[in-house]
Amino acid sequence: MSSRLAKGGRKIDRSQKVSFTFNGRQMSGYAGDTLASALLANDQMLVGRSFKYHRPRGIVASGAEEPNALVGLGEGGRFEPNQRATTTELFDGLSATSQNHWPSLEFDVGAINSKLSRFFPAGFYYKTFMGPRAFWKHVYEPIIRKSAGLGKAPTEKDADTYEHLYAFADVLVIGGGIAGLTAAVAAGRAGARVLLMEQTAHWGGRAPVDGGDVDGAPVAAHIDALVGELSGMANVTMRLRCMGAGVYDHGYVLGYERLTDHAPQSGVPRHRLWRIRAAQVVTATGAIERPLAFAGNDIPGVMLAAAVRDYIVDLGVSPGDRVAIVTNNDDAYRTAFAVKDAGLEVPIILDARSAGGGDLAIRAREMGIRVEHNRAVAHVSGGKRVTGVAICAQAGGGAVIEEIACDAVAMSGGWSPVVHLWSHCGGKLVWDDTKAMFRPDGSRAPTSHDGKPFVTCAGSANGALSLSEVLDDARSAGHSAVQAAGYDPVEQAAPSVEDVAEIPLAPVWVMPAGATEKLRSKSWLDYQNDVKVSDIQLAAQEGFESVEHAKRYTTLGMATDQGKLSNINGLAVLSNALNEAIPQVGTTTFRPPYTPISLGSIAGGARDAAFQPLRRTPLHAWHEEHGVKWEPVGHWRRPYCYLQAGESAHDAVIREVNGTRNRVGLLDASTLGKLIVKGPDAGKFLDLLYTNMMSTLKPGRCRYGLMCDENGFLMDDGVVARIDENTFLCHTTTGGADRIQAHMEEWLQTEWWDLKAHVVNVTEQYAQIGVVGPQARQLLEVLGTPGIDAETLPFMTWVDRTVAGIPARLYRISFSGELSYELAVPAGQGMALWQSLVEAGRAFDAVTYGTEALHVMRAEKGFIMIGDETDGTVIPQDLNLDWAISKKKEDFLGKRGQLRSHLADPNRWKLVGLETVDGSVIEDGAYVLADGQNDKDQRNMQGRITSTYYSPTLGRGIAMGLLKGGMTRMGDIVQVTRISGNAVAAKVVDPVFYDKAGDKQNV
Amino acid sequence: MSDMTGPTPVGALHGASYDGYVRIAEEPMRGMITLRGDLSGPLAKGATTVTGLDMPGPREVTVMTEKAIAWMSPDELMVMVPLADLPAALETLDTTLRDPFATAVDVSQARSIFSITGPDALVREVVAKLAPVDMDPQQFRPGMFRRTRLAQVPAALWLPAPGRVELICFRSVADYVFTILADAAKPGSEAGLFA
Repeated sequence: MSSRLAKGGRKIDRSQKVSFTFNGRQMSGYAGDTLASALLANDQMLVGRSFKYHRPRGIVASGAEEPNALVGLGEGGRFEPNQRATTTELFDGLSATSQNHWPSLEFDVGAINSKLSRFFPAGFYYKTFMGPRAFWKHVYEPIIRKSAGLGKAPTEKDADTYEHLYAFADVLVIGGGIAGLTAAVAAGRAGARVLLMEQTAHWGGRAPVDGGDVDGAPVAAHIDALVGELSGMANVTMRLRCMGAGVYDHGYVLGYERLTDHAPQSGVPRHRLWRIRAAQVVTATGAIERPLAFAGNDIPGVMLAAAVRDYIVDLGVSPGDRVAIVTNNDDAYRTAFAVKDAGLEVPIILDARSAGGGDLAIRAREMGIRVEHNRAVAHVSGGKRVTGVAICAQAGGGAVIEEIACDAVAMSGGWSPVVHLWSHCGGKLVWDDTKAMFRPDGSRAPTSHDGKPFVTCAGSANGALSLSEVLDDARSAGHSAVQAAGYDPVEQAAPSVEDVAEIPLAPVWVMPAGATEKLRSKSWLDYQNDVKVSDIQLAAQEGFESVEHAKRYTTLGMATDQGKLSNINGLAVLSNALNEAIPQVGTTTFRPPYTPISLGSIAGGARDAAFQPLRRTPLHAWHEEHGVKWEPVGHWRRPYCYLQAGESAHDAVIREVNGTRNRVGLLDASTLGKLIVKGPDAGKFLDLLYTNMMSTLKPGRCRYGLMCDENGFLMDDGVVARIDENTFLCHTTTGGADRIQAHMEEWLQTEWWDLKAHVVNVTEQYAQIGVVGPQARQLLEVLGTPGIDAETLPFMTWVDRTVAGIPARLYRISFSGELSYELAVPAGQGMALWQSLVEAGRAFDAVTYGTEALHVMRAEKGFIMIGDETDGTVIPQDLNLDWAISKKKEDFLGKRGQLRSHLADPNRWKLVGLETVDGSVIEDGAYVLADGQNDKDQRNMQGRITSTYYSPTLGRGIAMGLLKGGMTRMGDIVQVTRISGNAVAAKVVDPVFYDKAGDKQNV
Repeated sequence: MSDMTGPTPVGALHGASYDGYVRIAEEPMRGMITLRGDLSGPLAKGATTVTGLDMPGPREVTVMTEKAIAWMSPDELMVMVPLADLPAALETLDTTLRDPFATAVDVSQARSIFSITGPDALVREVVAKLAPVDMDPQQFRPGMFRRTRLAQVPAALWLPAPGRVELICFRSVADYVFTILADAAKPGSEAGLFA
């Protein structure tokens, strides 16, 4: 059984008890425990069920590579699934639940899958759920989804906050083990700005566990010295609990800092996402031990050898009292010493190498430990925990020689450098035959904007394994990185280290070498996704020869651990099955993040009020206080209508239209784009941009204009006012303001750079208010506005006047068909003017109206709306706007495009008005039916609806649409689709439904 | 329309402020003029005349209390003056800029201006939470000017003095900018980046 040891555990504080629950059961641990070590201390060896076969699973590792010990952590607004127990620091009140079982962890119905495992081979889903086709959606998928494993999604809003932080560094060192510390010191001494981050809560990594002396003192003392030196450097920033998550182009790196996971509290961001630009990146990310693939290697109690000694040395817990060790290398012998030092038994060390190990093996024998060469695990005995191992020859087929009782198995298949961050941005790998590992190929590093390398690996991440190798490699990595960042490295004497002589490992990918099918189908490669040796071999046999294909077919390495333990073993098995060398088969692609990061950290502060910028006009607050129903228009909020007590939106719109048409209405038009175009060539420039002539416009006058893109399609419209000889003010649509400004700048900067004109966006400089309706003039006169009569200020002119004491520019333009003034005033005075207008408007029974009334009134007048009548495929001619296309101008944007045969085709769908015969309102987005069907058995169409409204003025539905034949079809009755299925009959009419002659606006 | 008549113009947030681990405040409206044209010619003369300040170099700003000349692009400056001085400044520019290919436009009302004040390191850090700018004291010094983005909106910022950042954004997003600055300055969220 696993238990807390009487002494030891350099990371835990035995004076501080911490209580927590696991599946509702009260347990206790110590401050400094991980959830994993605390579970082991409580003899909770079974921590979850596997994904596919629901096999009992225990803790395998001690760090980020853990595949099994995933739990649901926290409750309510702090619940998060799939959290690794090995990287979860214990805190008082922690609550964890295991995953992937029903009804309970101890008794799981799904475990039947394990008994049926021979019916669930690789590609099972692809092979089984082939047909009938409809079954996938209605039968297979719902069942599979229900039984699919791992964590449940949270159901409540996240109770925590998150933030981003932009940081910059000359040298960013990822990993605060002894290699990272050494590299950081080397960079820091040279004076570079250094950022050092470590994913755990401790500096020094695993060096103190593995032991060794530096300059005659234990390595832990050397680590303290390095940390002390770095802490004293003003140019070095150090961060614990901060993982290098991903390395991207040009030295961009994401750091994932976990601020309160170890001590949840409100008011402090839970995670902080560091968005870093570094000139040079040193990845000192260590190495991960590989499991061995033998039968029953997934039974709780089978663990990585290094993890076993981590738990003993760092955390004062042991997975068992009798720990059998199985290895292909010397390093695992250190675990035997740790177990013995803790006063526990090592019944046997099985060394798969025929010649056995080096000095460490000699020491083991001297300690009285039984060491056997050319031996392997035939199978592990036990169900929910290990009870023993059966031993066989590594060279054989698995015939059992002996059975040994034990309650834990420590396995080591060698080490794989953590090359993930090196690989994220294109660093290449090389296969090291001696060490049987992929390590970074220093000659093919990720390159930055200048084509030069910007990532250097240090220590075990670079394939260095012994302490002296690690220190040398890290120092030189620190030097070369700081040099590449433009600093002179400071030479320093190498500390003296005496390594133990080690015999190289012997690669062991399947144990025993000739394992039978029965053994191979119980030998796990990927614990989390339940992929076994036999699955990979089957994939190879079925022709999935590419490692990327085999991965997807078997799901090897596709779980939340992204194959940290399984990848190398899996591809080695694949390469053997294909009879190819490992480097020929290659690895799958390493992609960020290194381990999953929270969605909250990615969102950062973008939530609630800060989720998205909301643009407010200067009158926003007034609308809010007066029953507004908002309409989002881009990032703006515009009033859709204003609701009075008990009123529906539909009724409000009718009231607003009638009030405006009969009396006077007020509109907040501030969002309208306003671009000043100024310079001696301003007129010439506008002539090129607009389809009609602008240069002939007289100062003081306004002209409606159309803008097309270079293909001839209508992209924006608006009224242009000439301010003076050199200055124009171009109104754009609300959505067009920024886009058209960019469009103008682009043409000025890239094509017409010789034109002398400037563009300045003054959209937000002004509050713009429409005063609209037959009594508009009287209302303005009440507010003391002189000289706005029809003679002084005729339709399509502008003038500067003072309204209610506020300097305003009045444009006599109309988008409603009524007498209308648009008043532009400084934004900061907009509210004062609006309030004056509302106040004075009371005597006129004035209304404030929103975008829907605006739309209804413009539709009644047959005015087109960009985005309704246009969709990027419509040209002005389609909308009967030929009058706004200059025949005189030599050129303008879109002219050439419109000459193309398809755009000049007389059969294009063109704008018409439509009225239903029964007076009803046509549905949005409806089509006009034609006879027959097309070659895809779809009903033929001859047109579509672009705008449709209930017109309060006419008391009936009105619509505009594009119809084949256009205005030549006047009087025709056509059939328009309805969602309910029946068509509705509509008559083709003139799109100007109201005041065709324009008498009302021109007074 | 540049003459200052009628009610006093009001800022988007009526001078809102928030005291977090630094202070966030909407500053009173300031006169701001966009100048476009050849920066070596009369434009520079106009800018220096109305402010009494030297011309800034690229990505720089010259500042004296409420007056400033900010370099916006190779053909654009932003001139800042107290709002009360704006009409006179526009008038001066009108007479100085005889070249029709030199543009002066009042954009005072289109912008909001915020200050972030407190310990220098923390003021810098609050910006670093929102803008991809290297705010390290060695890197971003008084006299420098950055056009950048603050979370999801455009902004420009500079350091008139140690412990003070001023930044401008579009008026329509003043509320958003205030919200994200206040969120970033929440006590307890100090990152200690420049400590």
